[in-house]
Amino acid sequence: MRGATTGVRSRAPQVIAVYVFLMLLSVASFAPFVWLVMTSIKPEDEVFTRVFPSRIVWEHYVRGLTHFPFLLYLRNTLILCTANVIGTLISSSMVAYGLARVPWRGRHVLFAALLSTMMLPAQVTMVPLFAVFKWLGWIDTFLPLTVPAFLGNAFFIFLLRQFFLTLPGELSDAALLDGCSEFDIYRKVILPLAAPALATVALFVFLGTWNEFLGPLIYLYDADKFPLSLGLAMFTSQYGSFWGQLMAVSTVMTVPILVLFFLTQRTFIQGIAMSGIKG
Amino acid sequence: MMKGGRHLRSRGSARARRDFRTGLLFAMPWIIGFTVFVAYPIGASLYYSLCEFDGIRTPKWIGLANYRTMLLEDELFWRSLANTLYMVVIGLPIGMIVSLVIALLLNQRIRGMTFYRTLFYLPSITPIVATSILWLWLFNPQIGLINILLASIGVRDAPGWLTDPTWSKSALIIMGLWGAGGSMVIYLAALQDVPQALVEAAHLDGAGPIQAFRHVTVPMLSPVILFNLVMGLIGSFQYFTQAYVMTAGGPQDSTMFYALHLFNRAFLDFRMGYASAMAWALFIVTLACTAIVLRSSARWVYYAGEEA
Repeated sequence: MRGATTGVRSRAPQVIAVYVFLMLLSVASFAPFVWLVMTSIKPEDEVFTRVFPSRIVWEHYVRGLTHFPFLLYLRNTLILCTANVIGTLISSSMVAYGLARVPWRGRHVLFAALLSTMMLPAQVTMVPLFAVFKWLGWIDTFLPLTVPAFLGNAFFIFLLRQFFLTLPGELSDAALLDGCSEFDIYRKVILPLAAPALATVALFVFLGTWNEFLGPLIYLYDADKFPLSLGLAMFTSQYGSFWGQLMAVSTVMTVPILVLFFLTQRTFIQGIAMSGIKG
Repeated sequence: MMKGGRHLRSRGSARARRDFRTGLLFAMPWIIGFTVFVAYPIGASLYYSLCEFDGIRTPKWIGLANYRTMLLEDELFWRSLANTLYMVVIGLPIGMIVSLVIALLLNQRIRGMTFYRTLFYLPSITPIVATSILWLWLFNPQIGLINILLASIGVRDAPGWLTDPTWSKSALIIMGLWGAGGSMVIYLAALQDVPQALVEAAHLDGAGPIQAFRHVTVPMLSPVILFNLVMGLIGSFQYFTQAYVMTAGGPQDSTMFYALHLFNRAFLDFRMGYASAMAWALFIVTLACTAIVLRSSARWVYYAGEEA
């Protein structure tokens, strides 16, 4: 304890500088959120004239949510999120298993192809995919935004493969001796052990789908099918100067994500370490 | 490759054949996905780029005309490429340095590290459309928070930010810094993996904090720096949503980024052949930049496992 105190004292000016800097950064990080919420609860005539509201009103939420069909957009978003999470979990874990735990010729070539597709800009495949989905009659449906997830996502396959490689090979060998099929090993041995990694993938897919903008912009026309992201952008182009309402609706779109983050913080941090360091 | 035994299976060619079938079966979803969503579109996109194509009628072969138009006649192509390169060359390094510096600060064994980490991370998970609208409001030249604060510290003629072509890209970069927490946590996770013994050994050998940083911490971090650089590069070349929502490319095309120009040609004008040609140019530029970075990485990226 004594040693620690002297250590701190000798570094005191530096430590204080670090804390001051962190405080400033905290304010910079947090102030936009404060401004967001504060604008959304100001009386209409104070939005443009006062920094701090004289009283709190909810009219922007009431009006915003009547002009902006939040529940409908939320439902659409949740449908897309659920489909993408389920699809990615099943397909990506299967493919990752095949790449990591079955010794077959061709898996290295496939893995190299997988890595190289991550560098392909979405713009290259955008037009042909639009043509394909148009030909299939899938435009203005959720199918272009969900079906691809069921065929694996390169980044999450990569992530899960790295995780599966860290599990000891003896696990599979023992199960094989017990007469398990490869599919049994995948489902009953490996998947349960990979639960933390799968949780991370589920979380990132959920978040990614919640935020996804370009896909819905290209494939959805009917406003009743919009997810929150696209709905909010379209709302902005119509109600561009009603800042109180815009901030109210933006708050409503952001809060669920922040709540989700606080509920699942550990999975988040774990996943970041996993994706960052092993990448 | 494989940890532990696999000897149980590698015996005999019947086993090998069965493993091949099994492996193929497991990988099948992605093989189908790759064929339908990657391989075919790449081929089709190359073909469309040589055609006049509106997305519905049969593509009409016009040879290299799209590329000629793009390179020789379309001023917006060059403008949008320059704007995008601005984000890559200026925005990306600034973002990377800021997130690294914050990670280094948080790695000082300070009290409340997890609190700060959470606080700095939150902006990066805020939905991007919501972030864009919020910052549109913060950057409002007359009544936005930023210019109110600037006025309160005595700045007279504060910039018009998104309404001023000379400031618009800077505004977007500043907004990007708000989300720097995303890569900050990746750096922080890596920093916490740097063995403290190495840093202390450097101190014992007489290295000052800067030398220890430069010769111990940076090499240990270099794989993560490379990862963030490559991801950032690919992402910056596709910068789209913020510009679409906030500025629609204006003012005076100062935020007309490549991906936005391409999107407009494809889905506003339905010049899908032309958009495909633009996509190929983007692909080539992205690949070239990534290749340069990866090639240079042999000289500055250090992998701890390699020496063993």
